[in-house]
Amino acid sequence: MHEVTPARPARRRRRGVNVFLWLGASLLALFALLALFGEAVAPHDPNAQDLFSMLEPPSAAHLLGTDNVGRDILSRIIVGTRFTLSIALASVFFAGIGGVALGAIAGYFGGVTDRVVTGIIDLLLTVPNIVLAIAIASVAGSSATGLTIAITASFIPPLARLVRGRVIELAEEDFVAAAITVGMSHTRILLRHILPNAATVIIIELSLNAGQAVLIGSALGFLGLGVQPPAPEWGTMLGASREYLTMAPHLVIAPGIAISLLVLAFNAFGDGLRDVFDPGSSS
Amino acid sequence: MTPLLSIQDLTVELSARDRIFDAVSDLSFTVARGEVLALVGESGSGKSMTALAIMRLLPEPVARISKGRILFDELDLAAASEASLRSIRGNRIGLIFQEPMTSLNPSMRVGPQVAEALRLHKGLDAAAARRRVEEIFEQVRIPDPKRRFDDYPHQMSGGMRQRVVIALALACDPDVLIADEPTTALDVTTQAQILETFRDLQAAVGAATILITHDLAVVAETADRVAVMYAGRIVEETTTEKLFAEPQHPYTHGLLGSIPHVAEAGSATERDRLTEIPGTVPALWALPKGCAFAPRCPRARQRCESERPELADMAPKHRAACWYPMGGAG
Repeated sequence: MHEVTPARPARRRRRGVNVFLWLGASLLALFALLALFGEAVAPHDPNAQDLFSMLEPPSAAHLLGTDNVGRDILSRIIVGTRFTLSIALASVFFAGIGGVALGAIAGYFGGVTDRVVTGIIDLLLTVPNIVLAIAIASVAGSSATGLTIAITASFIPPLARLVRGRVIELAEEDFVAAAITVGMSHTRILLRHILPNAATVIIIELSLNAGQAVLIGSALGFLGLGVQPPAPEWGTMLGASREYLTMAPHLVIAPGIAISLLVLAFNAFGDGLRDVFDPGSSS
Repeated sequence: MTPLLSIQDLTVELSARDRIFDAVSDLSFTVARGEVLALVGESGSGKSMTALAIMRLLPEPVARISKGRILFDELDLAAASEASLRSIRGNRIGLIFQEPMTSLNPSMRVGPQVAEALRLHKGLDAAAARRRVEEIFEQVRIPDPKRRFDDYPHQMSGGMRQRVVIALALACDPDVLIADEPTTALDVTTQAQILETFRDLQAAVGAATILITHDLAVVAETADRVAVMYAGRIVEETTTEKLFAEPQHPYTHGLLGSIPHVAEAGSATERDRLTEIPGTVPALWALPKGCAFAPRCPRARQRCESERPELADMAPKHRAACWYPMGGAG
């Protein structure tokens, strides 16, 4: 005999804890703590040179070994978190403001404004991210500020395009028409009724951008266009260790892993957010 | 009753895909304070366009008012500035939307959405606006208004949301209320409740009301007067009783014939067959030269095809645009 049971729709997602979100969030929290209290946590002074223990492999005294002038790599990575993280967060913050403002204005008001903004965005989008960043870094100078400006500038065009599209979509919604029939001004409609509904998309994009920012920042540091030595920025550390690659591979591995972990943390967090808020889209 | 809102020769021009045509042609009607005028017609008859035109919310440049005046309290809305329109919309003219599921902002609690209008137009502070919104929620019969104030739209049923939409339209005690198919999206039992609430409130506020619908049952329950629209023009206009008792235009007659009645004896054989109107509404860019309804009209004669009838008095308070009206009782 067969038991007759009503067909159950296949569950699309497991309910409950989102692993990516929590993995990303806890890693980010850890990095944030390191960035805030780096010096207190670091076992050694990150800039103290010790010419008697140069290029030492990992040991009990130096868990990740030492570099070419005998500085403790673990301490440099811990203290360097601050550079990478603050560059990533600052560029994402400023790119968020710029991208959202441009995209919202272009999308909401349309017409000539939209055509001008879209034209500029499309033009900038044809330039690869990193090339644009290099160009700006070479003008703005090799410093944390220059790096932030460069990364910010490379994030604004794609973000503006994303926001523009979402705003155009939302402006067609009935509740926006309803807000107009209630007599609200454009500014109010944009700020109170349209942008809050675009927030999810913006936040997800920005958290993924943060991971990108870590990569671009490190790449520019590696190329010598970022934070200058002796500051312990991860990309700069990678760049400085290039010459010792065959002698002391741990010099490259440690900052490499740090960069990967931070990028992974941001991406997992962003993907997790997307799964939670926007389950329809595929990641 | 003096008219509060007076539409004169309103013409709305649409330009879509290199065709230019009138979606609404030479429309004239008036609504007095406290009165409910129903605009009835099939989709494409121009009734929603009329509502949008009155609110000056036509999607320009696709649609625009090309002729006519919309007189509201001595102001011509058709020529009013954006700033004066903004102070009138929501404040003196309220609009109830068709779709309760989409006409509320999903990311904002419902109470603040209504309060926003009050703060904007009446200058109330947050506390006073909240008290007023709770009162209005009570009036539109939202149970437990104090708690519902803080709900998000997705926490409410369709009927409840439509009550919020009505509350939003009525928040500022408007002089004119336009309701575009306010119950179409709801199920039948909810429809009846919402209509009752709507009618009570409309009477209490005394707003001149334009009710846009395709549903003659809604008209019978709610409206004082009816204007029947066909292909962008009013073809018949009279009181609700007269329209149902003695429709003059063959189109109105056809509409009334297409409503199902429950047969008194109840047996299938005695049930009246529904009459349908043959054919379809003509495309607005290819209207016949004469009466737009002539191709579908069982009474059409030669004159109907060559000459368009104007609205004319058939009886006191009863206008119709037809060369060969039904006359007598149906």
